[in-house]
Order: sequence, then structure tokens, then C-alpha cells
Amino acid sequence: MDNSPSIAVLRGMKKAGLDFVVSVPCVNLKELISMVDKDPDIIHVPVTREEEGVGVCAGAYMGGRRTAMLMQNSGLGNSINALASLNKLYGIPLLMIMSHRGVEGEPVCAQVPMGDLTMPLLETMNIPFFVPASKTEAEGAIVEAMTTAQEKRSPVAILFKIGFWRL
Amino acid sequence: MIRLDAIRIIAEKAREDSSLLISNIGIPCKELYHVCDAPRNFYMLGSMGLASSIGLGLSLAKPQRHVMTIEGDGSMLMNLGSLATIASQHPPNYLLIIIDNGTYGSTGDEPTATSMYTDLAAMAKGAGIREVYTSYTQEGLIKLLENVKSGVIVVKVQPGNAQVPLIDICPETILAWFMGEVLENTDIKNAQC
Repeated sequence: MDNSPSIAVLRGMKKAGLDFVVSVPCVNLKELISMVDKDPDIIHVPVTREEEGVGVCAGAYMGGRRTAMLMQNSGLGNSINALASLNKLYGIPLLMIMSHRGVEGEPVCAQVPMGDLTMPLLETMNIPFFVPASKTEAEGAIVEAMTTAQEKRSPVAILFKIGFWRL
Repeated sequence: MIRLDAIRIIAEKAREDSSLLISNIGIPCKELYHVCDAPRNFYMLGSMGLASSIGLGLSLAKPQRHVMTIEGDGSMLMNLGSLATIASQHPPNYLLIIIDNGTYGSTGDEPTATSMYTDLAAMAKGAGIREVYTSYTQEGLIKLLENVKSGVIVVKVQPGNAQVPLIDICPETILAWFMGEVLENTDIKNAQC
């Protein structure tokens, strides 16, 4: 437990100074969302849809917060207009911490189409992304991704594939 | 009363109370810019549906500042989940004002569902928001704004757009001025009303 993938992600989030997090659940994020909710240094706002979360985080950024969204990659499809016409238009950073479903090990066939489309969509939108393969890599990648988001004033994604959550 | 009349009243109250004001996409933004441009205003030029969410995030991040959002009926219908999230968070410093003219005013007055059977105040109550009010007149709106600092006010107005110019500030500048106001100056600034 002390060395679970979720703890590694949380440790990275704390190192990156994230203090405002919105979430839409995924089975792989269960433990992480629960830990974020209990963290006294993080404002956690469960939202109904990822696009809504993009808006809530944009407002929190304007209020001086360092923001992230915990989400499944399917939610990228729900967020595209907002990521383009809000974050990209004004230059608003956002870290998207994604459980990447529909990849190797996926038991649900409905996850596969968005699983395949996630990286091409991010590339098309010119959103940088990181794909850490180990718990050690995860911590550093989250810090680097947040720095990138602030410097480029852009959304940045970190994709945690199904295999990561089984480490 | 048309939308412009409501925006005039809301902008005046925001100036008086030094509230931060998030404005909805399209003509509402332009009308606010026209009647009272100030660094306290954030003009949301894209992302239809997200004005109420931006205001919520800002109010949670800055609990010491009063935040108001000008939303529309069409854009509220696009992001109804936001009402549930606002109800769950219920920040005491956040007032969502939905100006309901029953049409998509910025695109050609196509009717929205509120011109038929849909009641946004009832939906806000159903979402769990405790303070929900409806105003039908300018006097009623002025009185409500005196007393209501959080929750939702639905303002029923007639369709109709004012003839106002485009916003001639680039998005990065809008954000920079707004964030300068939010993060550096907690004192009342000189609004250009």
C-alpha cells in the first residue's frame, strides 16, 4: 500500500505543488481520488463531466491555484472544445492526469475506440503528453508535466496505462 | 426588460461591491464590455456552457472575494451538471445569475427549452441549491442583489440584443488584467464605469 501506484502519483502531485484538483472517476483512480479527497492541502471538487472540470480548473487558476484533473481518457473527448477555446485561447495551464483505458489488458471493448484515439487527439491539439511506465518515472513526469503546463501556458496530459496500475 | 438592462444592474452592483464578474460567451460579453469595462470582468469568448463552472472554480480558489457569473438560458442548459456541483460545494461567496430570455440570443433568437416548459429555477432547486430566486423586473433584480450573495438568481427578460461593438482586447490581455485584479489588488480598483 505504501508503495502503490496511486501513492506514487499522489507524491508526484504534491511535489508539483498541485493544490486544486477536480475529478471524474475511473476504476483505476479509485484509491487516488479517495486520497486526494482526504488531503488537507488540496481542494478537491468532484465534477459531473470532464468539460465542466476544465472550466472549474480555469477559474481556480485565475484565483492563483495550481490545478489538475483526474480523469479517464474517454473524458478527453468530452473536453476538446473547452481545451481549445478556453485553455489554448487564453493560455491557461492544466494538468490532465489520465487513466488510459482501451490499451493492452483492457477487458471492456467499448473502451478501445477512445483508447486508440487518445494520443492522436492530443497530438492534433498540440497538447504535450507524458507516458510514465514505472512508479519512479511517474513522480518525475508529473513534476515535469506541471512545469511544461506553466511554461507553455497550455494543457498537458500524463497517461497512465492499464499496466501501470498493476505495478 | 431586456438582457442589457439586467447587465447594467448587475455591473453596477459588481462595481459597488467590488465583485469579480464572469461573463458568458457572445453578446452578453459585448454588452457588459460596453456598459462597464473593468479589470474585475472576465470576458469568456469561447467554451460555451462553462461560465458557471469558471465562476465556481474562482470562488473556491478565492473565498475572500465575492464572485458573480452572468449565465444565459441556452448556455446553462448546455452544462446542467454544473448546478449539481455548485449545490455540492455551495460557496458562500458565489452568486450565479442566469439571464433567461428563452432564446439563443447570440445566434439568431432560436427558441430554447425555457421558452416552452423548462424552468431553470426549479432545476437549480432540484439540483440542491438552497437559495434560488426569480426576478421579473428591474426593481426586483435591484432588490434581490442587495440581499442575495450566493446561490442562483434567474432573471426573466424579453429577447433582444443591444447594438454594441466587438471586444477589442485580445484573450491573453483579458486574462492578464483579470488575474492582476484577482491576485494582486484586493483593494477596490478604479473601475472605468
